[in-house]
Amino acid sequence: MIGKLAGVPLALEPLTRKDFTSDQEVRWCPGCGDYAILAAFQGLMPELGITRENTVMISGIGCSSRFPYYVDSYGMHSIHGRAPAIATGVAITRPDLGVWVVTGDGDALSIGGNHLMHALRRNVNITIMLFNNRIYGLTKGQYSPTSETGKVTKSTPFGSLDHPFNPVSLALGAEAGFVARTIDSDRAHFTSVMKAAAQYRGASLIEIYQNCPIFNDGAFDELKGPEAEDALIRLEHGQPIRFGTQNHLGVIQHPVDGVKVVEVADVGEDALLVHNAHRPDPSVAFALSRLTDGGVLHRSPIGIFRDVQRPAYDDLVREQVALARTEGDPEQSLAHLIAGKDTWIVA
Amino acid sequence: MVQVHTLDRVVIRFAGDSGDGMQLTGDRFTSDSAVFGNDISTLPNFPAEIRAPQGTIAGVSSFQVHFANYDIVTPGDRPDVLVAMNPAALKANLADLQRGGLIVADRAEFTSRNLKKVGYTADPLEDGSLSNYHVVALDLSGMTVEALKDFGLGRKEATRAKNMFALGLLTWLYSRPEEPTIDFLARRFASRPQIRDANIAAFRTGFAYGETTEDFAVRYEVEPATMPPGVYRQVSGNLATAYGLMVGAHKAGKQLFLGSYPITPASDILHELSKAKGEGVLTFQAEDEIAGVGAALGASFAGALGVTTTSGPGMALKSETLGLAVMTELPLVVVDVQRAGPSTGMPTKTEQADLMQALYGRNGEAPLPVIAAASPTDCFATAIEACRIALTYRTPVIMLSDGYLANGAEPWLVPDLASIPAIEVNHATEPNGVAADGTPRFQPYARDPETLARAWAIPGTPGLEHRLGGLEKSEPYGNVSYDPANHEAMVNQRAAKVAGIVRDVPDLVVDDETGDACVLVLGWGSTYGPITAAVRRVRAAGESIAQVHVRHLNPLPANLGAILRSYDRVILPEMNLGQFARVLRANYLVDVESWPRVRGLPISPADLAGELLEAIAETKEATR
Repeated sequence: MIGKLAGVPLALEPLTRKDFTSDQEVRWCPGCGDYAILAAFQGLMPELGITRENTVMISGIGCSSRFPYYVDSYGMHSIHGRAPAIATGVAITRPDLGVWVVTGDGDALSIGGNHLMHALRRNVNITIMLFNNRIYGLTKGQYSPTSETGKVTKSTPFGSLDHPFNPVSLALGAEAGFVARTIDSDRAHFTSVMKAAAQYRGASLIEIYQNCPIFNDGAFDELKGPEAEDALIRLEHGQPIRFGTQNHLGVIQHPVDGVKVVEVADVGEDALLVHNAHRPDPSVAFALSRLTDGGVLHRSPIGIFRDVQRPAYDDLVREQVALARTEGDPEQSLAHLIAGKDTWIVA
Repeated sequence: MVQVHTLDRVVIRFAGDSGDGMQLTGDRFTSDSAVFGNDISTLPNFPAEIRAPQGTIAGVSSFQVHFANYDIVTPGDRPDVLVAMNPAALKANLADLQRGGLIVADRAEFTSRNLKKVGYTADPLEDGSLSNYHVVALDLSGMTVEALKDFGLGRKEATRAKNMFALGLLTWLYSRPEEPTIDFLARRFASRPQIRDANIAAFRTGFAYGETTEDFAVRYEVEPATMPPGVYRQVSGNLATAYGLMVGAHKAGKQLFLGSYPITPASDILHELSKAKGEGVLTFQAEDEIAGVGAALGASFAGALGVTTTSGPGMALKSETLGLAVMTELPLVVVDVQRAGPSTGMPTKTEQADLMQALYGRNGEAPLPVIAAASPTDCFATAIEACRIALTYRTPVIMLSDGYLANGAEPWLVPDLASIPAIEVNHATEPNGVAADGTPRFQPYARDPETLARAWAIPGTPGLEHRLGGLEKSEPYGNVSYDPANHEAMVNQRAAKVAGIVRDVPDLVVDDETGDACVLVLGWGSTYGPITAAVRRVRAAGESIAQVHVRHLNPLPANLGAILRSYDRVILPEMNLGQFARVLRANYLVDVESWPRVRGLPISPADLAGELLEAIAETKEATR
């Protein structure tokens, strides 16, 4: 098994967090969850060991998409929704680069939904960090495709009407091989999930619950407060799915409902579902993703839902070319192709 | 004994139902004529529907080939010969046929049901309405089935070979060689011997029928044209474009990356480049037009030559990414194979109405170079030129082709690749500046003093890490800036860079053979052929006329203004409502007269020649 960064040159000297910090002043609002994610990311990068110059950050448009300016690597702050498409071009042409896409709920799921879906289905060798704050921040507070129905915002003074996306369900539906969720406030969890994503060759989608203190403050409070352990269903590969302040809750497979949260005392520990992220069939992972509330969040699984190897698209593209590549002088080969098979001579 | 007459040129139009194989038939006849040494020019014309209802006017597919013993520039105005495989094909094409022209029709298809389907109340082959033409009505279907009775094919399958019967007959009539088509059929159907043999037999039977029948009193020949010596092949505009892109990337030492989404009439470029794996071309059929150009720009950012190919509606979708390419100053080649619009328009018909979109179709001040190919073979040089400008100046470049060039074919002197100059890219490999604290630092927006191209460092280059993006940047570090003076300076800088490309644009050379012309006809893009044909007619009529053709539409050649001002009248035929005329009037304050045609077809040389002769007469009158 080769990881995402196989083929990317390693730094000769160990790098530090500072090496991944650019000279640009960070300009998110005070208290924004993006700060914690940036710090965790900059802390993580030296651990991955690759060179700074072979690190590429591609983002779309939105608050989170300013991210590349703050990472001292190569980067592009591109167009609303199009980062996965641009990153696909980078990934196909350059196997020696580690490519991260930074996007948000509006960028990835609204204007850029098509590109996200296709990058995932193709399994392009990129890591997509989807900052989900369930609101439009940069345009000042309209509801987003992950906002709960009934959300009152400037553009929905009578409450929003559309049903929200669950990004993890969407990614699993697109048959993504690596799908995970984490939270801005839990640096250790973020780092472990991101490291696992770096081990996955292909498209990794990491949904990051991220608080917007200005336009949607407290959207994830239920998952962060003292009662959080009753709300967070931590998924760990090979472990029975068990959670709760008293570790008293668990998840079982259910013949009708897919999976179900139960009191462990009611079913016994042996009845709990043992999480298997490597299960080729995505239906259990999908069922787990449905444990997230569709409306205001009271409960949500975090961790790696799915980690199933399949060939990375860009590897296959290059392999096809490598197999067909003609030997010898490229100019002669090109001349031969251009002359074609049906020629005639005028004397 | 049949007489043989020698002709200078002939135009044949093969027309039938979409499923009748007319494109293949025309293509074969063209190949045989090219191999024989004639100059050729073709015009395929087919419906957008893959299988329109059988026997209807909407379902008629045709292929026109013009072959001659001299250098020709168009597929011909009016056919001399119409091969009509059914009543719909006759009805749809009769109006274009020369009076006295030859009609070869498949009588078997002129049934009362088929006639009724296209609104004929009587059989035109019988009712005398074609008395101005030479009609040869044959039972093509029946004779084909009869010829193939021993091949074990069903009647329906055998009938399908009737296009080869017709081809064989025309091959005889115009004294073309038989072998190339027989070889072609043997190769094409190598894996299906029964079909191969049946098609060859139908072709031979058609040829033999010509020899034995008394339907034709005369047989014709068209001598080979005098062409520069060398190895030739036949090429369409799309194929030449694909080859030009490959050669452009190769000459720059760049990986060619195509991000594209299928769209008529551009898809063949995607197909051809997708085949070129042996040459290392990377192609990506994206999920949409936006992703196609996005991936191409990503590839360019990563150090490859990113290319995207499309047609008008796709261009509209790509415009935001073109703006990003202008802002990030990265190379990108966009090929717009124009088709009749607006919206879906007429996908298989040609037009030049994307000019304004190419020049101005982006938000903000977003100038970029635009160049246009003049003929199918010229697509090759134009594509190389697009690559050269994109890489030299770090800019997106739009190459305009159109449906007429894309599908039209002509003989091509196979280029000597060694004679094509290399494209110097000169990537930044080390810091090109010094920071305030004295340490070396990379300045991605430091510019080459001559070309104004910015320094281009590709990912993987240590120490040159930098961020690009759509937000306004400041020089030289590329930091985001909202400073009013900086924005104005950057807008002007980008405009000056593109305007400065004029240093590489050759001066135009006017074709004014007598030197006393008072009317100039000016064109751009695919109208080159029809305009040149019209100019020849005008000169053949004893009049003087000047002609000039523009390839670089932005920036415009330095001597264009002087040329426009040196003629009494300037007439500009184009396949839109006068878009380039408006550009020239705005730029040079010259009263350029637009001669617009938007019929989805190439301009008619005969009509244009008439217009030009009239203009010349008026000018003479006025100056008398």
